[in-house]
Amino acid sequence: MPTLDELQTGEAATVTALEGDDTYVQRLMELGLIEGVRVEFLRRAPMGDPLEIRIDNTFRLSLRREDARRIAVERAS
Amino acid sequence: MTNSPQTAAASMRVVLLGNPNTGKTTLFNALTGHRARVGNYAGVTVEKREGPLRDAARAVTLVDLPGTYSLAAHSADEFVAVEVLLGLRRDTPRPDAVVVVADASNLERNLFLATQVLDLGLPTIVALNMIDVAEKDGLRIDAAGLSLALGVPVVPTNARDRKGVTELAVRIADADRLPVPTAPAVFPPEFVATREALATELAGLLPAGTACDAFAAGRVLLEVDGTFEERLVAAGGEPVRAAIGRARESLETAGHRLRALEARSRYQWIRTHVAPHVKRPAAGTRRASQETTERIDRVLTHRIWGSLIFLLLMGLVFQAIYTWSAPLMDGIEGVFALLGDWLGGMLPEGALQSLVVNGIVAGVGGVMVFLPQILVLFLFIALLEDVGYMARAAFLMDRLLSRFGLSGRSFIPMLSSFACAIPGIMATRTIENPRDRLATILIAPLMSCSARLPVYTLMIAAFVPEGTVAGFLSLQGLVLLGMYLVGIGVSAPVTWILKRTLLKSRTPNFLIELPPYRKPLLSNVFSRMVDRGREFLVRAGTIILAVAIVVWALSYYPRPAEVFERYESSVATANAPYLTGLASVGVAVDEAPGDAAGVEALADAHETVAVDFAAWAEELAALEFERDGELLRRSALGTMGRAIEPLVRPLGWDWRIGMAAIASFPAREVVIAVLGVIFDLGPETDEEDPRLKEKLQAAEWPDGRPLFNLPVALSLMVFFALCLQCAATIAIIKRETNSWRWPLFAFGYMTALAYIGAFLVYRVSSLLL
Repeated sequence: MPTLDELQTGEAATVTALEGDDTYVQRLMELGLIEGVRVEFLRRAPMGDPLEIRIDNTFRLSLRREDARRIAVERAS
Repeated sequence: MTNSPQTAAASMRVVLLGNPNTGKTTLFNALTGHRARVGNYAGVTVEKREGPLRDAARAVTLVDLPGTYSLAAHSADEFVAVEVLLGLRRDTPRPDAVVVVADASNLERNLFLATQVLDLGLPTIVALNMIDVAEKDGLRIDAAGLSLALGVPVVPTNARDRKGVTELAVRIADADRLPVPTAPAVFPPEFVATREALATELAGLLPAGTACDAFAAGRVLLEVDGTFEERLVAAGGEPVRAAIGRARESLETAGHRLRALEARSRYQWIRTHVAPHVKRPAAGTRRASQETTERIDRVLTHRIWGSLIFLLLMGLVFQAIYTWSAPLMDGIEGVFALLGDWLGGMLPEGALQSLVVNGIVAGVGGVMVFLPQILVLFLFIALLEDVGYMARAAFLMDRLLSRFGLSGRSFIPMLSSFACAIPGIMATRTIENPRDRLATILIAPLMSCSARLPVYTLMIAAFVPEGTVAGFLSLQGLVLLGMYLVGIGVSAPVTWILKRTLLKSRTPNFLIELPPYRKPLLSNVFSRMVDRGREFLVRAGTIILAVAIVVWALSYYPRPAEVFERYESSVATANAPYLTGLASVGVAVDEAPGDAAGVEALADAHETVAVDFAAWAEELAALEFERDGELLRRSALGTMGRAIEPLVRPLGWDWRIGMAAIASFPAREVVIAVLGVIFDLGPETDEEDPRLKEKLQAAEWPDGRPLFNLPVALSLMVFFALCLQCAATIAIIKRETNSWRWPLFAFGYMTALAYIGAFLVYRVSSLLL
């Protein structure tokens, strides 16, 4: 199963699982990054990290690569 | 929690709550007509904005709470919002009703918070703000249907063009007559049962007076290590902790992941109950707002263009801070000088006059003079925030800052600190992790603020030669740049060490919303700038005033009579030839002038007489400055300077420089005026005064060697670059961290660094130059 950080620029996917049990994961989920939601990988920052993603074609979040690695996704066909 | 009819006409408090970037503050401004009272919540530097509802038949106070994503608070801002909502703050009464401001173009995520609020049992209204953006994106929201689903009134608004604001205001004015909403049934039955059981169990364990209803019990279960749990454990101790642990365990055993439970349940509910009332465009349709933002982001976060534009923007902000504000700063200085002269003329000569002119007016003026720079900085920050660029700045800088254990969120506070550490420290309140916030607060004063600039300017003009390096780089400019780099360069290892020792925590997570770009609303930008400017004045002004009076007293007393006697006899000697000159042309003077002003009065009365009044007045003025210099050297401050001379000798300083450094501990910018008095030029000296430059160049050690040379100047500059000579910053750190520990720590480590830095620079440059 690929993780969010492995997506190509512009690629879309569906969130399948979030790994970890901490407040960060809780906040991600409160923001709507939960199983079944559609995410797009928009870009990396100029220095390679963090990443910019779009959730549900509605809003953009930025998070670090190491945190994006905890989000398992399924590539959109 | 019902409201009785007779209280309905009385005054009412209504809070505005919503996610960040929902236009909540714009809506607040539209509802109150920009009549907000801005203050602070007690004990924290979270901004408190309250204002009366405009054109209301009854008194309604609106409270604009800080932006919040969830009741499970993460940052200082969010903690305060939740505490106010629950009526847990002593300085703010519990609200009578809540307006949830939701971004209509991002409805699902915004309703997450709204459904949490519906659990509170307070009359609630949902404002669907930015409805125009949603409509342009092709979303059709059935407000009436949504209102039925949520069980509360739903009012579509667009605060920017006041659409729906009147309708919302009418609803708010009657908010306390609304029925209390029913909490939506979002949670699975096992959770509901466990919550009820926990509430009952805790009621038996908690001391009387500590309430824990089903709502609180639910929050305790959902927020692992959260504030609800903390509060109850503090009240009921170990049995409460154990009861909570057992309840959580039973839920986990039943297969509910607690950290995920609330998000899953609420979004599930929202999808089932709200989605039918929102018509979304066909899948794959591009949304107008997203397209615009994407096009701008492609440039502004581009690998090359994005970084270049970022650097140019920061350069522009800096340039503006220093150049745009210069004329205004000169104006303010001029006004305070005039005010000082005027008051000085009104009051009889003596301690009171000196206190008013040199203590109070000079002290207040010393803070006021920085206001233009602060306003220019706040103007840019407010503008960039309103447009949506600030989040991008954090996005661009995160990688760099994460190397030192911080995150992109520390960037704005650090940038602000180049104008002044106070707004910089104020800006740290959006940093979620308390240790990162503290680390940012502790290094903010290392950034070279504008108050250090006069010291650099004077020292560089007097002791750095004018030549160029590599044919085009000005040596003086390079030294100035070097002073800025000293602070930045030292802050990196300091942060690195702090994050590995006292503030040990892993590099913080970074999670930030990148809001859509929007045209700035100038009324928003302007009111933010004014609010923050006022906050700076109140914060910095009061403490500086108190400290200015103390330093004034130290430099004014004691006043040995022999200094005055010597002054009078010198004046008499200086007067003699001129008086003889006057007598020779038949002008009799009843009373010899006691000072330069007396000579000027004589000159006015005898304009036609061929005596060089100007030279005479100058001689007396010089004697007066000499007397004042002598008084300062023999004051309590001068005694302290002499006492610490052995300590500052290794830095290449004599006691006079040491004394100037001590006098500038409360506020570094006063060093110029103190040097002016020490070197007999009077207090109204500024850093560009050529006489001060000459006096410094001519100053000598007792054995005749020049006091200042390039190494001494560098050592003094480095000391000022690294030292925390600012009482206002210390006061703000105290307020921000709620203890004296951290301001004292910052003061201690920076003074030590300043001393070591100045020593090293002096030794090394003495060897090399």
